[in-house]
Amino acid sequence: MASLRGWGFEREEISLLDKVKQLNFTLILLIVAIAAIGFAMLYSAANGDIDPWARRQMIRFAVGVGVMICVALVDIRVWLRGAYVIYGAALILLIAVEIIGEIGMGAQRWIDLGFFQLQPSELMKLALVIALARYFHALTLEDVRRPTVLIVPTLMVLTPAAMVLRQPDLGTAVMLMAGSGAVFFLAGVRMWKFAVVIGAGLAMIPVAWHVLEDYQKSRILTFLHPEADPLGAGYHILQSKIALGSGGVLGKGFLAGTQSHLNFLPEKQTDFIFTMLAEEFGLVGGLGLIGLYGLVLAYGFAIAVRSRNQFGRLLALGVTTTLFLYVFINIAMVTGLIPVVGVPLPLLSYGGTAMMTMLAGMGLIMGVYVHRDVMIRRHGAADDF
Amino acid sequence: MNQHDLVRYKVFTRRSLLFGGLQLAMLSALGGRLYYLQVVQGDRYKMLAEENRINLRLLPPPRGRILDRNGVPVALNRQNYRVVLVSEQTPDVEHTLDALAQIVPIDADERKRIQRDIGRKRSFVPVTVCEHLDWNQVATIAVNSPELAGVSIDVGELRHYPYGPMLAHVIGYVAMVSEDELTGDPLLELPGFRIGKNGIEKTHDLELRGRAGNSYVEVNAHGRVIRELEREDGQPGSDVTLSIDLGLQQFVSDRLGTESAAAVVMDVTNGEILAIASTPSYDPNAFNQGLSRTQWQELVGNPRHPLINKAISGQYPPGSTFKLVVALAALESGVVTESHRVWCPGHMTLGNRRFHCWKRGGHGHLTMVEAIAQSCDVYFYDLSLKVGIDRIAAMANRLGLGSTLALDLPGEHAGLIPNRDWKMATRGRAWHKGETLNAGIGQGYVLATPLQLVTMTAQMVNGGRRIHPHLTIGIGQTAEEGLDPGNGLGLSSASLAVIRRGMDEVVNGRHGTAGGAKIEEPGMEMGGKTGTSQVRRISKSERDSGVIKNEDKPWEERDHALFVGFAPVDAPRYAVAIVVEHGGGGSKAAAPIARDVLIETQRRDPSRRAAPLAEAPERDSRSEG
Repeated sequence: MASLRGWGFEREEISLLDKVKQLNFTLILLIVAIAAIGFAMLYSAANGDIDPWARRQMIRFAVGVGVMICVALVDIRVWLRGAYVIYGAALILLIAVEIIGEIGMGAQRWIDLGFFQLQPSELMKLALVIALARYFHALTLEDVRRPTVLIVPTLMVLTPAAMVLRQPDLGTAVMLMAGSGAVFFLAGVRMWKFAVVIGAGLAMIPVAWHVLEDYQKSRILTFLHPEADPLGAGYHILQSKIALGSGGVLGKGFLAGTQSHLNFLPEKQTDFIFTMLAEEFGLVGGLGLIGLYGLVLAYGFAIAVRSRNQFGRLLALGVTTTLFLYVFINIAMVTGLIPVVGVPLPLLSYGGTAMMTMLAGMGLIMGVYVHRDVMIRRHGAADDF
Repeated sequence: MNQHDLVRYKVFTRRSLLFGGLQLAMLSALGGRLYYLQVVQGDRYKMLAEENRINLRLLPPPRGRILDRNGVPVALNRQNYRVVLVSEQTPDVEHTLDALAQIVPIDADERKRIQRDIGRKRSFVPVTVCEHLDWNQVATIAVNSPELAGVSIDVGELRHYPYGPMLAHVIGYVAMVSEDELTGDPLLELPGFRIGKNGIEKTHDLELRGRAGNSYVEVNAHGRVIRELEREDGQPGSDVTLSIDLGLQQFVSDRLGTESAAAVVMDVTNGEILAIASTPSYDPNAFNQGLSRTQWQELVGNPRHPLINKAISGQYPPGSTFKLVVALAALESGVVTESHRVWCPGHMTLGNRRFHCWKRGGHGHLTMVEAIAQSCDVYFYDLSLKVGIDRIAAMANRLGLGSTLALDLPGEHAGLIPNRDWKMATRGRAWHKGETLNAGIGQGYVLATPLQLVTMTAQMVNGGRRIHPHLTIGIGQTAEEGLDPGNGLGLSSASLAVIRRGMDEVVNGRHGTAGGAKIEEPGMEMGGKTGTSQVRRISKSERDSGVIKNEDKPWEERDHALFVGFAPVDAPRYAVAIVVEHGGGGSKAAAPIARDVLIETQRRDPSRRAAPLAEAPERDSRSEG
């Protein structure tokens, strides 16, 4: 199969033009389509006005698409080589904002880059996947099966996860751990080890409960009994369910969502934008969007499986899983399946951070596709391919 | 691809398929969840969304007015500015109340009341904090509204009674709905909504109240009204027209003055009450605005009972006015005729007891008409023994005594007409003959209200037609019919003529007990019957030492003065009953009031003087007595 090409072939650089031709335009189209739905919803959220949200979101998206394409065109070996540097930088930024945040009364967890705010925890979502992909790329299956080699990557996950949990940002911490878990799993870590970790995690719940902030506890309690306090903490999720449910099959129509426009629905332009979509476009709209995301995910899987290097495979599926986690956690949260943890819906929710993470991630996936035939030796992170 | 990588690739591919399957399953679960919420539970959530979005606001109907027979409003509505608080719109009720207390007075009692209301009502229902604001307070609250979350000014209605105490017992008053009066009608939960608590306001509360309108408004999450979706107009309360003649009512109540007294003027042809007064009275407007504790104590503790409508709730021994019933019972039962004569020596002996006539020297020989005119006790002792208590009681009941008359006012009392069965049932003892004698002159157990006495009199002089006393002659556009047409009491006109002749003689005869109260105006002459009812028994020792004059007794031991009358005497149109509590003799204290009232009544309506009853019997000459 692919090995027919031989070792020398892939050493050659692919020309920029070829790379551009290799870009997956269907995937870009899907991403644009999802983003366009987002613009429409932001337009509706502002009661039929392009300001204050839709216009700025479009500008961000345009910038983000540029970033995505740039990332896609960068040689995949650059990411491989720079993986630990990127991870280290992300970790330092994370610690830095943590310290700054501590000093600044916990107000700020981001660095202002002008057109969007860089959250180190978002950067970490990608950096961790890149770093883990590199780590496991260098291991044979026999290596992976040795418990001792798992110590380093586990620490690589737990350190940033602990940092964001302290912020406290439960959603991001869950995403970091679940995303990394996916990479571990795909790299071939034995199933029983996951069982042990999950079992240990469950056993830790009573301990973790004490670590949680009051508002996090109340969110979890509210999730368990949303009707207990309909005007208090349960209000958001109850109103979200009412908005969703009242949308019915075909929805109330564009700009006609009563729950959204009369402000019963909280955070309708950010975390609860899916609810607004499902209120105005009903089950059809909701399933349609989930379908679009599903297609994007399918592309991620297809790209991963077609990659001829383990780094690319793990990177593509790690990023795909991050997108999946965003989508799943957000929608499960607004439909009342899981507690409200403050995870936005990528490409739809207003805000630059998640969008930038997602578009850069999509760039990485496309980069894997563009460089799908590049063979990288296990220890080929250096110049020795 | 080397061997190691191939192995890894196989594991990766297998696991990615597994993983892809897991993700697909989880996304499908989301789809299932959406299906559950939007399709399975869709209708429930649609309803909840509508409940969120649509608020029902009640539009309280203006309360109907109460008018006198000439259309003069005696109860109407005025504007009332009040502060209301919506508890769900204020972050801290206590804090807001503190801030409000700087502007309007809120004492500790009021504060407790407000907190109770907040607890009792749904959180979006406004609760009244303070009422009857003046312009300064309204302006101050408006200026400070940014600091007073959930507080707003509301213009409500205030019931106003322009004639105050004069009609208090008729109109009654309105007041806040108490907890046990809540029926689930949301109108009753509106802040400041008042319902009739007494009088006509209570009797016709539903008609006066009207029907609340509904306004369906779309509101946002903060309760702000976005637009009105639909409005159902309510029905304003109907005006209620009373038979009361305001001018006459004024006259009667002025004429009673400071006495503790009651007076009723009735149209004998149809039972319409033209004036009904009970003194002293109270100001119903005070009830509207909330009485203070001391004001309330004063009203309740007053020995002259201003809160009681004596005309319908006061039960008095009818005294000699009851002799008309005894005479009618005697004639109707055929025991005697009007020519029955009795010798009055000043007393009558029954067994070993002596029953006195009010005239110590006695009246000598008397016929029935003369006995009525001179109110001879001995004649009626004799008559009542002959007729017997049961037949007297039956006649009294026939004339409306001893039971309530279904007047359109709350608080009517039944009085008491005793008979043998009653005594056995309530006292467990047999009836004494002596008690028949006492009952025969309207003393003993017999009790009647002024309303019953005027109804009795009216039915005696209107040809024996049953009438239904009432105050309401119209509600909205419809007129109330009070007369039971053609329902006679079954009394012979000959017997009634005797009674009327007797009443004529009481006033106009030479020896009549009310001769001093004669109406001189031609065509306005009145007939009537005096009554003096003892509040306490005159003991033997008192009688021996000479009966103490009324004026020398303490007020509460003096006799009640009564008079029932009618006019014009030859074509009866109006009946009147007067009771002056502890006023002394009926002829001196009550008859002159009746005279003045009947003159005024006829003056106010000269056209009615010429409207006699068809079956009015011929009037006898005044030679008797």
